[in-house]
Amino acid sequence: MNARIGWIAFNTFREAVRDRVLYNLIAFALIMTAAAVLVGQISIQIERIVVVNLGLTAISIFGIIIAIFIGVGLVAKEIERRTLYTVLSRPVRRWEFIVGKFFGLAGTLVVNTFFMALGLFAALFYVAHEFTRADLGLVVALYFIVLQFFLMTALALFFSSFSTPIMSSVFAFAVFVIGTFADELHGVASMLPGVSKALVTGFAYLVPNFSSLNVISRVAHNDPIPFSLIGLNTVYAMLYSAAAISVAALIFDRRNLK
Amino acid sequence: MPVIEISGLEKRYLVGFWRKREKIGLHPLTLAVEKGEVFGFLGPNGAGKTTTLKLLMGLIFPTAGTANILGLPSYDHRVKARIGYLPENPYFYDHLTAEELLEYLAQLSGVDARNRKPRVQEMLSRVALTGSSRVQLRKFSKGMLQRVGIAQAILHNPEVVFLDEPMSGLDPIGRREVRDLIQALKEEGKTVFFSTHILSDAEALCDRVAVIHLGELRGVGAVDDLTSRVTGQVELLWQGAGAIDGIVALGGKIHATGEIVRATLPEANLDAAIDAIRRAHAKLIAVTPVRSTLEDYFVEKLGADAAVTMTGKTEKTGARS
Repeated sequence: MNARIGWIAFNTFREAVRDRVLYNLIAFALIMTAAAVLVGQISIQIERIVVVNLGLTAISIFGIIIAIFIGVGLVAKEIERRTLYTVLSRPVRRWEFIVGKFFGLAGTLVVNTFFMALGLFAALFYVAHEFTRADLGLVVALYFIVLQFFLMTALALFFSSFSTPIMSSVFAFAVFVIGTFADELHGVASMLPGVSKALVTGFAYLVPNFSSLNVISRVAHNDPIPFSLIGLNTVYAMLYSAAAISVAALIFDRRNLK
Repeated sequence: MPVIEISGLEKRYLVGFWRKREKIGLHPLTLAVEKGEVFGFLGPNGAGKTTTLKLLMGLIFPTAGTANILGLPSYDHRVKARIGYLPENPYFYDHLTAEELLEYLAQLSGVDARNRKPRVQEMLSRVALTGSSRVQLRKFSKGMLQRVGIAQAILHNPEVVFLDEPMSGLDPIGRREVRDLIQALKEEGKTVFFSTHILSDAEALCDRVAVIHLGELRGVGAVDDLTSRVTGQVELLWQGAGAIDGIVALGGKIHATGEIVRATLPEANLDAAIDAIRRAHAKLIAVTPVRSTLEDYFVEKLGADAAVTMTGKTEKTGARS
């Protein structure tokens, strides 16, 4: 990573950290985790399952919301406020700006996830009074959630490279919902004949497969996560994010700034 | 070799819902600016000044033509390390302090780590913002933001500085300071290209000016030449006797302020006018040839559009030009 990308990423991270909206979302996620503890207390014998399910889901949803809503504004806000002018009039290539913005928000989400995960582990310790080897699965689930954030940030950047922030949010959220049901989409395709089968299969491969990155339920029930899935998901998320960012950078490279 | 070479640079936009209507932002523009010059790019609001600067900065792309800065195409990113740019009505990251912003932009400009902090402090002091260096930019007034904008434009010691309406939003003292700063940049051997619609600033600072209107270059000239042109008129100043009828008859336009009367009339009638003053037993104070001003040149170049433009000549800082 060249120095300019690093500086842009750091500035993006600093901006997000100083943004009060971000603190509200984190506070809300922590409250959700606290709520999980309360629900866990009234769920006899299944406290851990409830805490893990609710906690991880809260972290995932709020992270996705941050990725979409901050992600779509990353470039748009800089164009709108013309802060980009003083950046691009320096020896900064446009693709470096896009990549720097991606790493800045991705870094922010990793740090947020870390703090939200601390809340989750605290809640878990409160209900279970101990950590077991099975709890390592939580780390894998959190890692997959972070991979989802990377995908979502890249997609938000991609949509915002040619669309308005509002439309980009709609597109990004729609893709998230469809991607969450990517496995079902493959199932539907297998039941269709001819051209429609090919079209739906193609579409199912095109949308990011968020369902394979969701292991919350398996972790909550202590099901082991195979190493092969960790490797494949990592490669998949990295390649998909890189592709989305590359297309965003290509589009942005040709864009007239108003 | 010119420092800035613009050749047939043109910008057309497709507008309307179906993008079928064409709007010309800049007619083919050819212009050259020499090293060490302070070059004024004059025009009323909406003339195409900002469009030209954005094309030179690579923020928008030309429909046709080329622009070279320091011998390299303006889009070449090696050029960007050697130029500085102040956008019109600059706006910066709210969450940063002036010091943090300048450090960030110095990093992006490739200022080495050892020189970065001293250079930032030097710039803050140069634009009189040392006392506010740790205040977040969201709390800055428009004039303070303009000063930050100027500081960031010269932060990395560029060879060529582009300033888009640098006096905009500044109070009279701030404007004076910016004028001094541009003068200092010239003394340091830097080339300054600045756009403005305030003619007194251009007249005080520029070696040469170009007048642009409705996206079209209307004229280029050296300020000294433009302001030393003899208009064929003389100004007479006398005391006592009030407005003298004989001078009015010679085509004189008379303005009286108390005892002092001033008349402007054709140079050919000067002897007859002096005789008339003598006959009226008035005290002749001065005879001065009337020279043209930059405003005369500006109005001349704007032609028929001038009347419309001059009525709306107040400093509309929010408008794009």
